[in-house]
Formats: sequence, structure tokens, C-alpha cells
Amino acid sequence: RNLELPEHLKSYKGVWVFIEHDRGQVHSVSWELMGEARKLADKLGVQVAGVVMGGPDEKLDDFAKEAYAYGADSCYVMRDPVLKGYRNEPFTKGMTDLVNQYQPEILLLGATTMGRDLAGSVATTLGTGLTADCTELNIDGTTRALAATRPTFGGSLLCTIMTLAYRPQMATMRPRTAPMPRRDDSRTGSITEATLGMVETDIVTKLLDFIPDANRNTVNLAYADVIVSGGKGLKNPDNFKLVWDLARVLGAEVGATRPVVQAGWVEAERQVGQTGKTVRPKLYIAAGISGAIQHRVGMESSDVIVAINTDANAPIFDFAHFGIVGNALQVLPALTKAFEARLAKQIRKVA
Amino acid sequence: MHIVVCIKQVPDSAQIRVHPVTNTIMRQGVPAIVNPYDLFALEEALRLKDQFGGRVTMLCMGPPQAEEALRKCISFGATDAVLVTDRAFAGADTLATSYALTSAIKKIHEEQAVDLVFTGKQTIDGDTAQVGPGIAKRLGWNLLTYVSRIVKVDLENRRIQVERRAEGGVQLLDTTLPSLITMLEGTNEMRFATMDDMLRAARFQVRKWNKDDAGIEDVTKIGLKGSPTVVSKVFGPTPRSEKADMMTVADTSLNDVTLNLLDKIFTQ
Ligand SMILES: Cc1cc2nc3c(=O)[nH]c(=O)nc-3n(C[C@H](O)[C@H](O)[C@H](O)COP(=O)(O)OP(=O)(O)OC[C@H]3O[C@@H](n4cnc5c(N)ncnc54)[C@H](O)[C@@H]3O)c2cc1C
Ligand SMILES: Cc1cc2nc3c(=O)[nH]c(=O)nc-3n(C[C@H](O)[C@H](O)[C@H](O)COP(=O)(O)OP(=O)(O)OC[C@H]3O[C@@H](n4cnc5c(N)ncnc54)[C@H](O)[C@@H]3O)c2cc1C
Repeated sequence: RNLELPEHLKSYKGVWVFIEHDRGQVHSVSWELMGEARKLADKLGVQVAGVVMGGPDEKLDDFAKEAYAYGADSCYVMRDPVLKGYRNEPFTKGMTDLVNQYQPEILLLGATTMGRDLAGSVATTLGTGLTADCTELNIDGTTRALAATRPTFGGSLLCTIMTLAYRPQMATMRPRTAPMPRRDDSRTGSITEATLGMVETDIVTKLLDFIPDANRNTVNLAYADVIVSGGKGLKNPDNFKLVWDLARVLGAEVGATRPVVQAGWVEAERQVGQTGKTVRPKLYIAAGISGAIQHRVGMESSDVIVAINTDANAPIFDFAHFGIVGNALQVLPALTKAFEARLAKQIRKVA
Repeated sequence: MHIVVCIKQVPDSAQIRVHPVTNTIMRQGVPAIVNPYDLFALEEALRLKDQFGGRVTMLCMGPPQAEEALRKCISFGATDAVLVTDRAFAGADTLATSYALTSAIKKIHEEQAVDLVFTGKQTIDGDTAQVGPGIAKRLGWNLLTYVSRIVKVDLENRRIQVERRAEGGVQLLDTTLPSLITMLEGTNEMRFATMDDMLRAARFQVRKWNKDDAGIEDVTKIGLKGSPTVVSKVFGPTPRSEKADMMTVADTSLNDVTLNLLDKIFTQ
């Protein structure tokens, strides 16, 4: 098998990020990727560009400005009425044409329902490699190739994957896997306008409607600062209320393990882990959670992890920062009371 | 209506162990199952067959023992099963996998025109969700990923309407047949196999295709050779260097433990 980069692909330069937006807002995963793209580009000594595609009446210029603030040097902007609302066909054509014309060496997308849909189609059209759901992106010292690391078999193993003989090298990353980069509004950049060259009648698939989720603004686990999660160790849905009590006092979101979701104690949106959400709050409190690898991969980047478990040998203590060996049914209410008192004191101090 | 459902045989990940020294997957003794996500695709296809009549053809690329996974699907009521199996396919990444499966679908399409292809959302081993979009692109058929509900199928006018899961909501999409659907999990519940279908499955002759039978035109596009991605390293997760700071309720009073913890959290 040929592992050498052919001569005609050596001119591919620069790192691109697909800027995903929907109904007036850029998905934070795009900025997280921008932070990673900046680091990769600096190692390679190349530029970072954002790709912004959307309708003429959308705030694409504002998105480009935001992209500069998060690390982009330039943006490719494609405005066309058929690009309003994501559809595979026009977005795949737009992205593929841009890549063929401007030839980036690396193209990064969020591992969202939009990013994965688009990435798979674009990689197939271009005939290049695509590494899914990466947790770490780096540059290989010897080949200068993108070294993309991803968990497999539910996180029990990690593997590093490279695309050596094809360009661009493509990868997707899940929301919250990389930290949010610092925003610097003094940074500026240049816009390259591009045209799609497609009209609505060319496109077979019609977007008839978008039905927003009812609980869209109520559960935002991925971006919560504090999360209190409960596991099967709480034994029944009644005891699980203790998790809600502590969360209320802390202004936290409530998370759960998969068995808890499967038992119907909480909604599926609250599942943390490989087949749920990836989170990275400042504080993650895990009560009655064993710490299985599938749960761990979703929350181990939290700044501070507190685990409460009756079993001193529970795997969760291998990666928690603070461990309490004890009965969560007693510890949770005690914590709720203690936090309540502490926070009240702090508020009094401020007042 | 003719529907093709793609399934992968995967090791039951609930029972996967990783060798602590060599960091390799210990497959010995781990039962192989139909990728759980693919069962939602199969059930949805069977429901369409119940409604419109026609056939459901199962397709799998894998080693000879993957025949068992296909037989399982026959027991749920699928009509036919094709196993694409050849050493030349070994080491395929998603690009090479979608190439091989697309060739086979074209062959099946020649036998009887295909209206819909179903795949699962993703697998539990490779876990990339890339094969579905890859096949759709290669066939030049409409791609409908993360479908949570098939709203209606109009066979006469060859149109299909689906709900597709997006970030923060659901898209209602309308498109033409043939299309490829990747089915979201939890959208339906697999039926029980009937006694008749179980008996049929036990005797069922799965069709086995090598690379020529599958109509592979370009052998440089299959297997390891046709795979642009290179796995350069496999390793285990790094354990945290320092152990957790532990407190035991049995040793100290509950009150002391909580206050102690709070002090530590607030000084972090
Ligand atoms: C393909 C696949 C995907 C998966 N994806 C996910 C996922 O995304 N997220 C996820 O979470 N899981 C996932 N799982 C499941 C995962 O493997 C574990 O089974 C699950 O995380 C365990 O949940 P748990 O910790 O709540 O329950 P258990 O493992 O049953 O642990 C309960 C814990 O509570 C402790 N305990 C008991 N009583 C008390 C008490 N009174 N006070 C304090 N502690 C107590 C016990 O010591 C034990 O450690 C997945 C599994 C598979 C196979
Ligand atoms: C540890 C590991 C990591 C990998 N990482 C990558 C990577 O980042 N990029 C990459 O290109 N390849 C990767 N691969 C290779 C990839 O797993 C294989 O190409 C595999 O054949 C298909 O990909 P998948 O399992 O991710 O399927 P997915 O794309 O997740 O599967 C989606 C659907 O496609 C159908 N399908 C998938 N495979 C088959 C099949 N063999 N027969 C019939 N239907 C099928 C099923 O309906 C399935 O639900 C990896 C493999 C391993 C073992």
C-alpha cells in the first residue's frame, strides 16, 4: 500500500474548520475546533481558515468575525438561498468545491448530526481519509501528518490514526472534547467570497420544517459548569431526588449513567458517557456511580470530580479528585445542607 | 418494495476485555452479535415490508462466521441475505468498506431494483457513523441520516418524508426514492422471531459473494490497499497520576467529611 504523499498533493496547505451554525447561532464545537486548529497550524507554520456557509439573510459576516476572535486568519464565505438550513446535497457540493479550489491540508468538523453527515459525504467524494470522534489532535513529528487519536471499543482502547497519502486529512471531534479557546476580539482576518453554483430546482431533498425540541433550553448538560450525576447505586427513583436537591442548591444540571436512563428515572438527554453526552464542567459530583469506562470517557475532562461510593475499590476513585467512601443516601443530603449554608454565607458577604 | 439493510457483525462490547500488557482486544470467547444499532434499521425495514409488501435483503461484509448474524436477521423476518466475504476486503477503513458495500448493492439492484437502503446509526466497535453517508454518496442516492421517524412513503410518486434528528430539534425532510436512511436508535422495538421464521433461518442458505461476485471493479479500492487511514498506534487510557484524595464516612463524622470536602472544593 502506498503511504507516501504524492507530489501533486504536497501543495495542500492550511487548516480549515467548518463553522456549524443553526438559527442564528454558531455551535460551540466549531470554536473548540478553532482552538485546536490554531495549535495545529502553529506547529505546521500555516494559516487557519473558517468555512461559513449559509443563506444571504443569515449573519455570516458576524460568524466570520467570531471565527477570527477564536483564532482564524481568514474565512471562506458562501452565501446562497439554498444553503439556508442544513441539507446534505448543497453543503457537500459547496465544501467539496472549496476544498478542490483552495486545497487545505487539514479539514475539521464537529461530530454533531450535521458535521458527521457532511464529513462522511465530503470524504467519500474527495476519496480521502476521515477519522471520527477524535479526542486529541496532534502533528506527527516525522511525517508532519495529522495524528488523530480516538477512543474505540467504548473507550477501553485509544488509537492514533493518520492519513498519509491523501489530502485533505479529515477529522471530526465531539462537542466538549477540546476546551473553549480564549476569545480575542482584537483579532481580524480576511474574507474570500465563494459561490455555490446550484439552484433550488437542482436539489432533490426539501427541508419542509424544523421542529425545535421542547426541552431545548432546559437541559444543557454539555455546557453546564456544575453537574450532579447519579448512578444505579441510588437504587430507586425516589432516592434519585437527592441528586436533584443538591443540583438545585448548586444551580447545577443533573446527569446520570446509562442504566439510570434505561430504568426511566431521568430523560435520555441527561445520560453522560460514550453513548450520551461528553461534559467538562468545573465540578462533577458522581453519586452511586461505579465509573465504568463508557461513563468515564464522557466526563473525565471535568476540572474537579467528586465521587461518592460505598465501595472503596470502585473504579471511579481511580480518576476522581476527591473520593468519599460512604452511603450516598446520607452524604448527598449532608452535602446539600453544607453547600446551602456555605453559599448563603458567601451571598451575605457579597451583600 | 425492495429494501436492502446493511448490518455488521461486531464483538459484544459489554464483554470485551483489553489485554493489560499488550493492549490488544481479547476477542477469544467474546460472542459476536449483530451490531445493536442495526436492529432499529432492520425493524423499520420490516415494518415497511409489512405495510407495502416486497422484500428485505440483508447485506453484510465480514468473515465467513458473519453468516450467523445474517441468519439471525432472517429469523426476524428478512427475505434474503448476502454475505460479502473475501480476504481481499480485510483491513478496510470506512472508505473501502463503503466502496465494497456499494458494489454489492449495485449487484442486488440489478437483480431487483432497490427502493431504500438502511444502515444503523453507527457500530459499537468502529463507531464512526461514516459508512452510511459513504454508500449514499457512491450510489448517488439521497442521504437521510439520524432518521427518527418515517412519516410517509408514496410509492406511486416515489417520494419519502422523514423526521431527522438535528442539533436542538428535528428536521422534516421530503425527498425521492431511492434513498439511504441511517436509522436512529430507540426509534422502534425489535419484534420477536416467529417459530416459522426461526425454522426458516436455521435452514437458510446465505448467499456468499467473493470480490468478483460482488462486482468489484477496482481492486485497489478495497481492503487495506483501498484505505486512506492508517492506524499508527493503539494504546490504553493513561491512568491519572495521583490517586483521589479519599475520605471515609465510617472513620470521621459525616459532618466533618462534608465540611472538609467543601473547603477543598472552594480552595481549588
Ligand atoms: C456499548 C455500551 C455503551 C455504553 N454507554 C454508556 C454511557 O454512555 N454512559 C454510561 O453511564 N454507561 C454506559 N454504558 C454502561 C456502562 O458500561 C455501565 O454499565 C454503567 O455506566 C454503570 O452505571 P452505574 O455506575 O450507574 O451502575 P453500577 O455499575 O451498577 O454501579 C453502581 C455503583 O453504586 C455503588 N453504590 C451502591 N449503593 C450505594 C450507596 N448507597 N451509596 C453510594 N454508592 C453506592 C456501587 O458500589 C457501585 O459502584 C454503556 C455500555 C455499553 C455496553
Ligand atoms: C478501533 C478502530 C477504529 C477505527 N477508526 C476508523 C476511522 O476513524 N476512520 C475510518 O475510516 N475507519 C476506521 N476504522 C475502520 C472501520 O471500523 C471499518 O471500516 C468498518 O468496516 C466500518 O466502519 P464502522 O465500524 O465505523 O461502521 P459505521 O460507519 O459506524 O457503521 C454505520 C452502519 O454501516 C453499516 N455497516 C458498517 N460496516 C458494515 C459491514 N462491514 N457490512 C455491512 N454493513 C456495514 C451498518 O449498518 C452500520 O450500522 C476503525 C476500526 C477500528 C477497529
